[in-house]
Order: sequence, then C-alpha cells, then structure tokens
Amino acid sequence: MALTKPIKSLWEIPREERFVGGHAACQGCGAALVLRHLTKVVGKDAIIVNATGCMEVISTLFPRTAWRNPWLHLAFENAGAAASGVEAALKALQRKGVIDKNRYIKVVAIAGDGGTFDIGLQSLSGMLERGHDVMYVVYDNEAYMNTGIQRSGATPYGAWTTTTPVGKKFRGEWRPKKDIVGIAYAHRIPYIATANPAYPIDMINKFIKAYNTRGPSLVHVLTPCTPGWRIPESKTIEVAKLAVQTGMWVLLEIENGKPKVTVKIRRRKPVREYLKMQGRFRHLKDEDIKKIQELVDKYVEEINRWVGEEAIGPVEE
Amino acid sequence: MSTNQESGGFPERFLGKKYPETMEDLPIAAIVPWPGSTLDVTTHAWRTFRPVINQDKCVRCRLCWIYCPDGAILEVDEEYTTRSGRKYKVTFKVDYDHCKGCGICANECPVKAIEMVPEMK
Amino acid sequence: MALVEEKPREEQLPTRRRKIAATGADAAAYAVRDADVDVVAVYPITPQAPIAENIAQMIADGELDAELIHVESEHSAMSASVAAAATGARAFTATSSQGLALMYEILYIASGLRQPVVMALATRAYSAPINIWNDYADAMSMRDTGWIEIFSENVQEVYDNLVQAFRIAEHPDVLLPVVVTLDGYILSHTTEALEPLDREEVLSFAPKRPRGYRPVLDPDHPVTIGVLGAPNWYQEIKVQQALAMRESRRVIEEAGKEFGKRYGREYGFIEPYYMDDAEVAIVTLGATSSLVKAAVNRLREQGVRAGMVKIRVFRPFPAEELAKALENVSAVGVLDRAVSFGGALEGPLAMEVLTTLAVRGIVKPTISFIHGLGGRDIFVKDVVEMYQKLLEAAKSGKSVTRTLFYGVKSRRGHIV
Repeated sequence: MALTKPIKSLWEIPREERFVGGHAACQGCGAALVLRHLTKVVGKDAIIVNATGCMEVISTLFPRTAWRNPWLHLAFENAGAAASGVEAALKALQRKGVIDKNRYIKVVAIAGDGGTFDIGLQSLSGMLERGHDVMYVVYDNEAYMNTGIQRSGATPYGAWTTTTPVGKKFRGEWRPKKDIVGIAYAHRIPYIATANPAYPIDMINKFIKAYNTRGPSLVHVLTPCTPGWRIPESKTIEVAKLAVQTGMWVLLEIENGKPKVTVKIRRRKPVREYLKMQGRFRHLKDEDIKKIQELVDKYVEEINRWVGEEAIGPVEE
Repeated sequence: MSTNQESGGFPERFLGKKYPETMEDLPIAAIVPWPGSTLDVTTHAWRTFRPVINQDKCVRCRLCWIYCPDGAILEVDEEYTTRSGRKYKVTFKVDYDHCKGCGICANECPVKAIEMVPEMK
Repeated sequence: MALVEEKPREEQLPTRRRKIAATGADAAAYAVRDADVDVVAVYPITPQAPIAENIAQMIADGELDAELIHVESEHSAMSASVAAAATGARAFTATSSQGLALMYEILYIASGLRQPVVMALATRAYSAPINIWNDYADAMSMRDTGWIEIFSENVQEVYDNLVQAFRIAEHPDVLLPVVVTLDGYILSHTTEALEPLDREEVLSFAPKRPRGYRPVLDPDHPVTIGVLGAPNWYQEIKVQQALAMRESRRVIEEAGKEFGKRYGREYGFIEPYYMDDAEVAIVTLGATSSLVKAAVNRLREQGVRAGMVKIRVFRPFPAEELAKALENVSAVGVLDRAVSFGGALEGPLAMEVLTTLAVRGIVKPTISFIHGLGGRDIFVKDVVEMYQKLLEAAKSGKSVTRTLFYGVKSRRGHIV
C-alpha cells in the first residue's frame, strides 16, 4: 500500500525493501539511497519507468533485477514519453474494463539530471504540458556520472568534470546550473518539490504528496555521487546536509503555483564548508569561492522574495 | 525478504529459468521475472572495512537503517537488553552479504555505536 | 479495357459488402478503429497526417475509444507506443521518412523488447534535400530493425494488411512489431474503392487476448523490462529474436490464408502476375506493382511473355517463394525506389533478390533498376523499356553488374 498521509517520525517509514541490495551502485551512492526510499513510499501499485543512467544500469544487469515493482526502461531521453505511454495505456485499459477501474496505479518516472535537464527535456516538457498523471523523480548528481563524470546542464558553477576539467586555460565549469524547477513551474503543474536524502522525513513527505497528486508532479532530489564529487564514501549524507545548510540547495515545495520553503535555515553556513568537502571543487581559489558565495546569496534572495518571507537566513559569521 | 519469488502469472514459455545456462533457458526479450533477484549477488568483496554495531551503545534511532544505500542494515524484531539494563524491541544487524563498507552508517550514527573495522582476509 | 487485370484469385463472396470511397489514410484509420486500438501516439508529418487527423476525428465523434497522445516528437511517439504495448494495450502509430528516422533507436528497442506495436508508414523520401513525396527510402531503412514489414499495393490492401498486422504482431508465437507501408500521396491521398470489414469481424480475426497472455507491466506480477544485456547474454537474446522472426513466417502465411477464407481476399508473401510462362520478369513492391502490372499487360498485348512478382512481405523476406516464382524466367529485373549508396548494387531490393537466387545456385541474367525517387513519376513506357533491356539480357545471357538509374535528366541520356 502506498503511503497517503505525511509522516512525522522515521519510524513510520515502511520496513519492506522494494529496491533491494546486491545492486552495483558505488559505495555510498546517494541516488541508490533515494530510490530505496522512493519505492518504499510508492509501494506495490506503481509502475516504474526508468531512463538510461546510473540507476538503470546498476539495478538491472541481466538476469537480475533490484526492483520489486514492474519496471520499464526504453532509452535515455524518453522517460517522459514512455511514462506518458504507460499512463495512457492504464487509462484506456481501465476504461475498457481490462484493469480494475478502482485501482490507482501510479506511473513513476525516474531519470538522472542528464536524462532530464538535457537530452530528456523535450519529452519531459511534453509529458508535463499534456498533463499526464505521472510522478517524475529526477535524481541530480550534477553530471553524466554513469558515462564517467561528464558535464551536464545540472553541473554547478566551478565544478570539475571530465569535460570541464581543470587545466591551464580553463578551470572547471564556468556556467551556472540550469533551473529545472523554473522550467517545471512554467508548465503550471500541480506539484513540484526539491528534496535531499539528508532530510529523509521531508523527502518522504514530498514523495507522498507527489504520489497522491492527480496530474504531473516533479520531485528534484540532490544525490551526492562519491566518485563524481570526489568525496569519501561515508560522507554522502554529510555533504548533502551541508548543501542545504549553506543555502546551495533550498528545500522547496510548490503546490498549485504557491511556493514554500519546507526546511528553513536561520543562519546559513558559508559555502566554503560545503565546497571544501568535495574534491571536484579542490581547485577553487578564494576569489572563486567568493563568487560562488555571491551566487548563493543572490539565489537565496530570489527564493526569499518568491516565497514572501526570509525562509533562508543570512550567512553566520 | 524472499529472493526466489517468481513473478508468475504469465505463461511459463516466456519466463525462462532463474539461472539460465543456454539460450533455451532465456525469458522472452530478456525480461527478468524474478523481482529483487539482485539479493542473490553478494557484494562483500567490495569492502576494505566492515561496520560492527555495538549493541550496547546503540540507541535504536534507526538512522543507520535509513541511510544505508544498499539496505544492508537489517531491522529485526529481536529484543535486546543492554548491559546497563535498557530494553529494546528491535535490533539492527549488518547484512554482511550486501554491505559494501561505505561507512555512511558509522559516519551518521549519533552515538558512535558503529565502528569501521578493517576486513580480515 | 481495364488498366490492371482483376486478381485471378478473387472468389465470389457469400454476402454483398458495402464499398466506400476512401484514401489510404482513411483506410488506415478505419483499420485502427475496427481493431479497437487502445493507445495512439502520433506526431504529424506529410503525408501521414490525414491518418492522425482521421483517428482524432473518430475519437472526437466517439467512434473509437482510444487514448490519443499528442506527442511532441516522433521519437516520443514510438516511445509512448512501445511503453503502452508493454503495459498490455493495443498500440498504434504512424509516420513517414524524417519522423521514422527520428524514432530510429526506438524501432530496435520495440523489436528487441518484443512489443507488438503496429505502425503505418506513409512512405516518403529522405532529406536532404527535403522532399515530401513518395519513394521507399524510409521503408528500406527499416530492413535491419527486426520489424515485420508488409507493403501495400492499393487502398484495400492498406486496410487488409493493417487488420492482419494486429493479429500477426500479437500472436504469442511472434510478438514482434509490424509495419504496414502505404505509398505517400499515391495511396495515402488517393481515393479508391474500399470494402471495409466491420468491427466484430476484425475483433474476431485479430482478437484481444486476456491481459496475462504475455508478460506485461502489472503490479501483481512485477517484471523488469529493458535490462542491461552484457556480452555474456546479448548474443543469445538477439538470436532468440532472429528465430522469432523466422517463426513468424508461419503465422503470417496462416493469417493471409484465414483472411482469404473468411473475407474472400487471400494474401501471401508474394503475388506473381502472369508468371506461369514468363520469359522476363520484374520484381517490385508497393503501389509501383500496379504500374509494372500495367506494363506487363501492354507487353502481353504485343506478344512478349512478360511477368512480374510483387513482394508483399518484405521482412521476413520470402526467399523460397521468390526463388520458385523466378525458376523458369530467362532474365530478372528488380525495380527499386530507394538507393543504398555505395552498395554492391545500389538497389536494396535488388540485393535481396540477387542473394535469394545466388545462395540457391540460381544464376540468371539480372538487372537492378532504380526509378521514381522523391515522387518522380514512373511511366508505363519507362517500365516497358526496362523489360526490353531484360529481353536483351536474356538473349545475351549477361547481367548488368551495376544498378541502372532510369528517368534521369542527364546529358548522358536518361539512363545513368
């Protein structure tokens, strides 16, 4: 049974594992952790459509599968389109009496940042615009990790990747991260949220709300990647937490166009603390870090203005 | 947590054998009708360190179970009484077949009840 | 005098059926309606668009109860169709050249995942330069994709082939996607007489089986579809697919025969025309066959023993039937409407025909012709000229080792 009411304590998280171990994710993989919880929330009555990427590859090496739900993978850029097809089929078959009308079977699309921000953007847009009842979860490790840490539209300013490497002339990514939440917002869908595995109750409640939305929903989850971010395998949750505590990742929820910050930060930590934990930012000089701090300050200001209150506070001295 | 659960419900000819040896054993189109079958794969060889839970220090906060990406911390309904006399209804145990030794559990444990110990060969 | 002779195998039907005026696009839409398709995902492209429009109108009028997904590209159209089929729905899509090219990777995925999607392909030339008119480049580019391919010669065949396609695709011994072609504009936008069946008949001929007859996405019986197949198993998975394509021949033949028994029009893999005593023959596909039949008629009037063989089912290729039909001719010509640049012969159908004969040790003078690219009209006199060339080849006993392009506006003459 899928969860329908928000949870208040960690003990309400169902025990049953629906994304089981033995898969080939790296040690400390943030995305695998997120999918473990996502599948606990959606339970049995969910059909998963997965785009090509880390999570698809590590979990379905023939002849084994880590999934306990019906699961479909077609290609890299069509999670949105494939999910639309499954949803339409369920609607038609329920109308024609082939599947029980009263059974709510949710279509859950899962894709990485590459398969969502870049190559998958068109089919995501089509799905959102047509209003399919699909819950779209994007696990964002901020690069094309599965193919070897190449830069994607989600790679943040300053990050080292194999295609934005640090050399004599160029030093890491020089462009800001694409705003997928803004893009989803422009489609006027009923539910959009950002989440983080270091805040599991918040994340699970957002999965619950998205599951129970009748219409398209998007949950954008930050999932640290231990090899790609150059962090020790044990630090996944610690880094994810710092992302929120520095204001680099704001935990938002937009229900029917009304934005809200779900985890308020009274005093932000300076971004230096987040950046210095990760090898992909090791090359940054003081002026680069200052620039990033300014970008975050600006972002936080925009968020505060949008939600109409100082949800994310100033940097603590 | 059964690993041998077969999907069933579809004609046998399409499902193949669980451990295929030849083409004739294959399911149609390489579907996998054995949900959760990665549990047959053990990942203990990935480790250089293994987590050891000190059951007396553990306060059953559930965080290690929450944060394990591989579901390798098992929550079992086993009663435990600590040396100091505290009674618990659940116990957390490491599934060493599926633990990769990442150490997130040890890093996040609020009472430092988990120690990462070098793997002995 | 009739331009094209009546099919000699047409039997007297027990009941009089209504005949309506319909274009190929109408026929395709009627077949979709009569087969009670569940999900249609289409993206408009010339000359396929009327198919989508007709289906949309039928849904709007309540004649067809299907989910119409207005996808944002052809890649998504095929993705949604495969996903819908994987969920157990009867799925249909339609496209032409550029659209087919855009969905290319998903075509392989559809057949690799053994999903019974049915597609109507309004054949059209490939860009560049962009050209919206008829040739078989797109159909030929589907050769290796693992789809069953059936070519239609006229509007009636468009309808009949699509009805059979649903039965063939969904058959448990097949489970492969099927594409039915209709010549762009020549069939898609041309009105001919059509005898449609009614929905009951179509649903009894191509029944919707109970949902669990093949593995589908079902929360009660979870399966993982679309796995990573490493080198240790990929090869066997592909061979399994090749064997399924071979096995489909039996089902295709049986469907064609059953169709004939029930509705009076029998279909096979090929259609020989005046082949019993033919001295020279041309092999071709699609609506071009009607043209070649007209040329045969004209030549027969002049006393030339000409014949033609129409390939109806291009994949799986009917090698045995074709070899048998061509047994006694003295020269074989193949008329292609597509180019395989740099190929051993530039005509893709020609390469299939030559291989069919060569592996059986059948050596005859053969000529590969290409004409009618990008909607260029082929005239009966052009085909008659091809036959004259075949007669010369029969006399000399020599093949032409390179493809001849006909109807070319060139200083070198119209044959290059």
